[in-house]
Amino acid sequence: MKKQFGQGMLLIMLIICAVLAGCNFDSEEGVEAEPGSSEEENKEQSTADEQAGGQVLKVAASAEIPTMDSVHAHDTIAFTVLNNVMEGLYRLGEDSNPVLGMAESHEESADGLVHTFTLRDAAWSNGTAVTADDFEYAWKRLMADEGHYASMMVNAGVLHAQDIIEGEKGAGELGVTAVDDKTLEVTLEMPNPLFTTLLTFPVFLPQNEAFVEEQGEQYALEAENVLYNGPFVLAEWNHDQNWLYKKNPDYWDADAVTLEEIQVNVVKETSTGVNLYETGELDRIGLSAAYVDEYSSSDEFQIIPRAGIIFVRMNTTHEVLGNANVRRAFDMVIDKEGLANVILNDGSVPLYGHVPENFSLSPEGVSFRELNGDFNKGTAEEAAEYFTTGLEEAGAEELTVSLLSSDAESHRKIAEYLKDQFETKLPGVTIDLQMVPFQQRLDQEKALAYDMVISTWGPDYNDPMTFIDMFVTDGSANRTGYSSAEFDSLVEQAKAEDDPSARYQLMLDAEKVLLEKDALIAPLVQNADAILQREKVKNIVEHPSGPDFTYKWTYIEE
Amino acid sequence: MRNYFLSRLGYMLVTLLIIVTATFFFMQLLPGTPFNNPEKLTEQQLLSLNEKYGLDKPIALQYFIYLGNLLQFDLGLSFQYEGRTVESIIGSRIGPSALIGLQAVVFGTAAGLLLGMISALKHNSFLDYTSVFIAVLGMSVPSFVFAALMQYYLGVKLQWLPAALWRGWEYTIMPSLALSVMVIATVARFIRTEMLEVLGQDYVVTARAKGLTEKAVIVKHVVRNALIPVVTMLGPLTVGIMTGTLVIEKIFAVPGLGEQFTLSIMVNDYSVIMGITLFYSSLFILVVMIVDILYGVLDPRISLKGEG
Repeated sequence: MKKQFGQGMLLIMLIICAVLAGCNFDSEEGVEAEPGSSEEENKEQSTADEQAGGQVLKVAASAEIPTMDSVHAHDTIAFTVLNNVMEGLYRLGEDSNPVLGMAESHEESADGLVHTFTLRDAAWSNGTAVTADDFEYAWKRLMADEGHYASMMVNAGVLHAQDIIEGEKGAGELGVTAVDDKTLEVTLEMPNPLFTTLLTFPVFLPQNEAFVEEQGEQYALEAENVLYNGPFVLAEWNHDQNWLYKKNPDYWDADAVTLEEIQVNVVKETSTGVNLYETGELDRIGLSAAYVDEYSSSDEFQIIPRAGIIFVRMNTTHEVLGNANVRRAFDMVIDKEGLANVILNDGSVPLYGHVPENFSLSPEGVSFRELNGDFNKGTAEEAAEYFTTGLEEAGAEELTVSLLSSDAESHRKIAEYLKDQFETKLPGVTIDLQMVPFQQRLDQEKALAYDMVISTWGPDYNDPMTFIDMFVTDGSANRTGYSSAEFDSLVEQAKAEDDPSARYQLMLDAEKVLLEKDALIAPLVQNADAILQREKVKNIVEHPSGPDFTYKWTYIEE
Repeated sequence: MRNYFLSRLGYMLVTLLIIVTATFFFMQLLPGTPFNNPEKLTEQQLLSLNEKYGLDKPIALQYFIYLGNLLQFDLGLSFQYEGRTVESIIGSRIGPSALIGLQAVVFGTAAGLLLGMISALKHNSFLDYTSVFIAVLGMSVPSFVFAALMQYYLGVKLQWLPAALWRGWEYTIMPSLALSVMVIATVARFIRTEMLEVLGQDYVVTARAKGLTEKAVIVKHVVRNALIPVVTMLGPLTVGIMTGTLVIEKIFAVPGLGEQFTLSIMVNDYSVIMGITLFYSSLFILVVMIVDILYGVLDPRISLKGEG
C-alpha cells in the first residue's frame, strides 16, 4: 500500500509538472517561439523595461481581443487595439474629430463624388512601404469576406458598396482604386458630408496584400502575424491574459508619441480591478456603482460621460401607446435625476433628448443638446393631465401595459423604478414587468413583440445622425412601428445637405419632431464611466464611438 | 478484463453521442445569434451571416454536418474569436484551470485526510470538534468568499502574494487555496465518518488481537478501507474542479476554461459551447472509468467482469 501511495504521488507530481509546462505564463510564448533563448529574452526584457523609464502605462481590458484582423473586427476592444497599432487615411484626433493620418492630403472633386488621397511616406513594421494598394486591397477584402462592419462602406457611400452587399456586384467593383503607389482614388455614390468622419473607423485601415496572403489562415491570430503602421506595435499577445504595446520607432509621427510601453491585462471583475489598482498593478480602472461612494472623494476619481444612452421604446402600434400624449406623459412623469443619482449611482447623467450631451458640436461649436434643449420636462401633475387627455383620445379608461427589460442588474433596477414611478404618479396605470435575457429582449424588440421596452443605443460614428436616423420609417433600428413623413423628409434632406450648418439645423429639427411633436421615446440616462486614474497619467484620449481610446498623445508626468 | 474495457468503451461512445445530441438541440433554444453587436444587426446582415456560417440550413442537417466533422476530430471555428479553432481555445484555457484545480485537489485531499484522521482517532475530543468545525465552515462558506478575503488581506493589505493575474507559479497559490477549502472539508468529513465505521469492524478488533502495532492497524486496515468511498467521490470532484470554476477564475483574473464556458453561453458561441461540453463530458466519463478500475485495486471484493 505504501509503495502504491508513493507511486501515486509521483504520478500526481508528474502531471502537475506537465500542466505547469503547458500553462503559458507570460513569457512562455516567446520561449516556445525561440527554444533555448529564454534567458537572453529575459535579459532583453529587463533592459527594455529600464529604457522605457517611467513612460509605461498599465491598464485593464474587460475581455480578450476577439480578432486583430481589421476586416473582421467588430467590438470596441479590437477597435481600440487596431486604432493604436495601425493608421488609416484619417485617425481620430484629440477632440475626436478626424485628422489626417496615412494621407498627406485629401482633395475632393467639385461634385463631391471623387476623393483623391495622397499618401505620406510611411512603412509597415516589416519595412515595406504603405501604399495605396494596401487600402484598395483591405477595402475590397472587407467586401469579399462580408466583414461584420461591411455596412460601414455603405454608410460612407462608396460606389457599389450597397450592390456588393446585396450580391448584385462583385467585391472587385468597389469604388476604390490605387492610381499609383501614393495616390488613392475613392468614388462615392453621392456626396456624403460624413465621409471623412467615417474614414476613421477601423474597417477602413489598410492591409498589406503580400503579407496577408502569405499568412493565410494564420493572419492576425498572433501578435507576430500582423503588420503595424500606427503609433505602437503589439509586441506581445498572450491570449486571454494580457497584451503589450511598444512604441513604434518607424511611425511617421513618432516624435509625437511619448509612451514607451502600454501593458494591458484582461480583468473581468471590478473588485479584482480595484485590488490591482491598490497594489499598483494598474493605473486606470473602471468602477461599478458599488464602489462609487467609497472612492468619490478621491483625487483619482473621475466621472466621464459616454455617448451610450438608455431609453424606453414605446410600441406605436399599441392602441393606447400609439397616442403621443400618453407617450409624453410616460416620458414626463419619470424622475430622471432620481434614476441617475439614486438608483443607478454609477455616474449616469439624466437625459432629456435623444442625442446625448458631450457628443457632438455644431459647426459653430455649440453642443447639440444645448441647441435643442430639454424635451418633455414637467411636473407629475402636468404629466397626469397629458395622460388623461391621451387616454380620452385613445378611448380608454385605464391602461395595463407590459414593460420589457433585459435581466442585467442595472436594467432590472431601472424597470422596477419605472414601474413604481408610472403606477404611483399616473392614474389607472398597471405595469407588468417582463425580465428576459438580453438576446431575447432584442428579438422581441425587433419583432415589435412588446408594449414598452428598456433599450440601449451607442453611436457608430461621431455625428448626431447615428442617433437621429434610427427612427426613419422601416429603419432597422426603428423597432417602434413609428412612421412620420415629416421626420423622414428631414433626415433625407440632412443626408444630402452640403452646407454643414444647414445640415446641423435639419438634424436639430428632426429631433424636435421626434420628441417635441411625437414624444416617440422616453430618454432616461446617458452612460458614464466612473473611473480611478493615477494623477500622473495624462491625456488618454477617449472617443464616443468606434475605438474607446487613443494613446498616441498620452504621457506619464514625472 | 479486455471485454470489460471494450464494453465500457462502447457505453462511453453512446453516452457521448447522447450528450452531443442533447446539447446540440437544447442549444437551439438559446435566444439570439452568435454574432457580435446584435443591437445593430439588420435583418439583411443576419441573413447573409447565417448563410455564410451554414446556420440557415435545417437544424437536423446542421446536426449531421456537425457529427460528420466531429468524426474527423474537427470541432469547428469560434464565432466570438474570429478565425480561432475551438481546439486552440480549449487548449490555451485548460492549462491554468487544470493547474489550479490539480493543486487544489492534491493539497485539499492531503489536508482533508489529515484532518479527518485526527478527528476519527481522537473521537469526541477537542481536536475532533475543531476539525469538524473547520469542515462545516469549509462546506458552508462559498469558495469565492475565501477568495475575496484572501485577495484583500494577503494580496492588498499584507502584499504577501500577488492579488491577481497570471504570470507565474506564485500567482496560482491563492486561487488553488481558495478552491481547496471545499475539497478539504469534503474529504475530512468523509474520512472521519468512514474511519469511525471501519474502526468498529470485527477485522480491526482481530488485527489488534493479533498484536499488530496501532500504526499497522491504522495504515493497513483502517485507512485503506476508509479510502474506497473517498476515491469514488474524488474522481468526479477532480474533473469538476480541474475543468474550471467561473467565480475563482474571474476573481483572480485566471485565463481558465470555466470562465470561457460561461462566456460562450452568454454570447451563443455555438461551436465553443459544443466543444467544451464534449471535452468536459469525455473527461468525466474517463475519470469515472478510472475510478471503477481503482476500486479493484483498493478493494479485492470488487471484481471487474465483462458481463457487467
